[in-house]
Amino acid sequence: MSDDLLVVEHLQKYFPITQGIIFQRQVAAVQAVDDVSFTVRRGETLGVVGESGCGKSTMARCIARLLDPTGGKIIFDGLDITKLSRTEMRPVRREMMMVFQDPYASLNARKRVGFIVGEPLEVHGIGTDAERKRRVQELLEIVGLNPEHYNRFPHEFSGGQRQRIGVARALAANPKLIICDEPVSALDVSVQAQILNLLKDLQREFGLTYLFIAHDLNVVRHISDRVLVMYLGKVAEVGKGRVLYDEPKHPYTGALLSAVPIPNPELGRRRKAIMLEGDVPNPINPPSGCRFHPRCPRHVPGTCDVNEPALRSYADGHEAACHFPLERWPMTVEEIRRPADAVVAP
Amino acid sequence: MALLEVRDLRTSFKTDDGIVRAVDGVSFTVDRNQTLGIVGESGCGKSVTSLTIMGLNNPRNATSSGQAVFDGEDLLAATPARLRELRGMKIAMIFQDPMTSLNPVKSIGWQLVEAVLLHNDISKKEARDRALNALVEVGIPRAEKRIDDYPHQFSGGMRQRVMIAMALINEPDLLIADEPTTALDVTTQAQILELMRELQEEHGTAIIMITHDLGVVAEIADDVVVMYAGRVIEEAPVHQIYTAPRHPYTWGLLGSLPRMDLETDRLVQVPGQPPSLLNPPAGCRFNPRCSYTMNRCRAEMPELRPSPQSSDHNDACFLDDATKTRECERLLAGTRAGAA
Repeated sequence: MSDDLLVVEHLQKYFPITQGIIFQRQVAAVQAVDDVSFTVRRGETLGVVGESGCGKSTMARCIARLLDPTGGKIIFDGLDITKLSRTEMRPVRREMMMVFQDPYASLNARKRVGFIVGEPLEVHGIGTDAERKRRVQELLEIVGLNPEHYNRFPHEFSGGQRQRIGVARALAANPKLIICDEPVSALDVSVQAQILNLLKDLQREFGLTYLFIAHDLNVVRHISDRVLVMYLGKVAEVGKGRVLYDEPKHPYTGALLSAVPIPNPELGRRRKAIMLEGDVPNPINPPSGCRFHPRCPRHVPGTCDVNEPALRSYADGHEAACHFPLERWPMTVEEIRRPADAVVAP
Repeated sequence: MALLEVRDLRTSFKTDDGIVRAVDGVSFTVDRNQTLGIVGESGCGKSVTSLTIMGLNNPRNATSSGQAVFDGEDLLAATPARLRELRGMKIAMIFQDPMTSLNPVKSIGWQLVEAVLLHNDISKKEARDRALNALVEVGIPRAEKRIDDYPHQFSGGMRQRVMIAMALINEPDLLIADEPTTALDVTTQAQILELMRELQEEHGTAIIMITHDLGVVAEIADDVVVMYAGRVIEEAPVHQIYTAPRHPYTWGLLGSLPRMDLETDRLVQVPGQPPSLLNPPAGCRFNPRCSYTMNRCRAEMPELRPSPQSSDHNDACFLDDATKTRECERLLAGTRAGAA
């Protein structure tokens, strides 16, 4: 059995933009995910961060095969699942579950909690009715809900409790991988802490592997062993949590880190955020060369806008896609503007 | 004299299920050139507080009492006509979602000019010039072209800039910002916070910053009010909230925050969830979730009292001073150990 539970190779997802009414022809494509490769090891949490529109959710949906990838390969537990049909996919889905962002939209309002949590068991034909009921009650207890609430409807629960129901449902069929797509973004801090603690406890108890997607860098740092930073459908940087947060190599990671508000007025006001100009560009027509170059404080004309940087390896499995990686961290805005190994016109 | 002084503000809503006391005895002051941060979780009454000050609650089901004295004038006693005069002129507000607060079928130039003409007796030409200046000031690139664009042609961060331009176009004395950066990405959030800081420096505007994010408050506020279930449970200058918090709920909030600057294995957990304001718990409203609850907490409602160390640091908790100091030390020791 290999160490890698999930291997993603050159994953690509383009959404076509068509024109014409009868004869539809493709005029362009939204390059939502473009050539993304990474691995998730058994028992670890890989955090994925990026701003809205960077393709992190699309990537998750491709991995769960809720969307069909345009290109690339997804190997789950040694099996290439990229081209599997719906029926072939069914046994795989048992091993790979998802927790969604909105605990209001992701639970069927007309079904009772017992049914919602037990549905994966029913779909996969696990156990008899009585066994399923016992399992559901056990699951409710595991996620910190009262098993007697088996017959209640989702609307009788608060946001945090609903998210617990979502987690219980994901756990039902004993999956190997749980893909969490912004599972705590809609929750208040005190409730968010409860869910994050729960996810950590469950991982320890059941040896789960998480692919954890969020836009909040604090949350991702807390829960992840390794972190992947995405920008406009590409991997900008990936590495162990501590390494990536302490010594970012990609200027985008640096900018993100410097922009996160720190709940410490002294520390927070002493540092100066690296301001990025403008917004994330349009993925229909992404910038040439490095996709980050129009906003990058370090960009060197003639290199960054022409050549696309490949992922370069650093110590300890740390990789970043930048021609002029940051030499150290933290850096001032002035230092960032002057890459050491580039000739810049004064 | 403070620019805005809120005294014992109470707002309740009549609903089918009973009376919801959304804000129940809130007092604070805001000075010129100062930023007051109001923090709390959803449903703690922070937005209703600001809506009450602005007179924007639905009069059909909302009743308010108390005082909000703005520049010597009680806003709660003001006539609707007077409030209309003040809103947009002396007091402006920015909301969380810029798309729902902008009119989608009018160009932003039209909307900015409207804001100017409503309050000033000047020509359309002059108003348009002011609108253009405002857009330049908030950093909209190519403002002279974009002034005739519609809201959907702007990105989220740019729309929020337009909202800020509109709020500040008449140079108000007070700006109320209700979760202005919650819907934005971190890099855009940093831009907007920086912009608000710059504009405050330039115009001396007082800002009330309403947010659930303790990180944002740390970045921008001078004073902080922490609310829980419709009441203020702690208020202090910003650094004291983070270095010497005194209320168990504030400890819980700070401890439950995942922080990238610290290595923590487990977050502090505040059990349960905020109470329903239809039927709040007797005594201290935090007592069912508090790990320090005494008998007295279930019977009596604690009032805000100043701490012995500092007169501008108030908290509403019955715990004795020694326990507060000790527990707060313990919490901060945890965060320091993590940082090392």
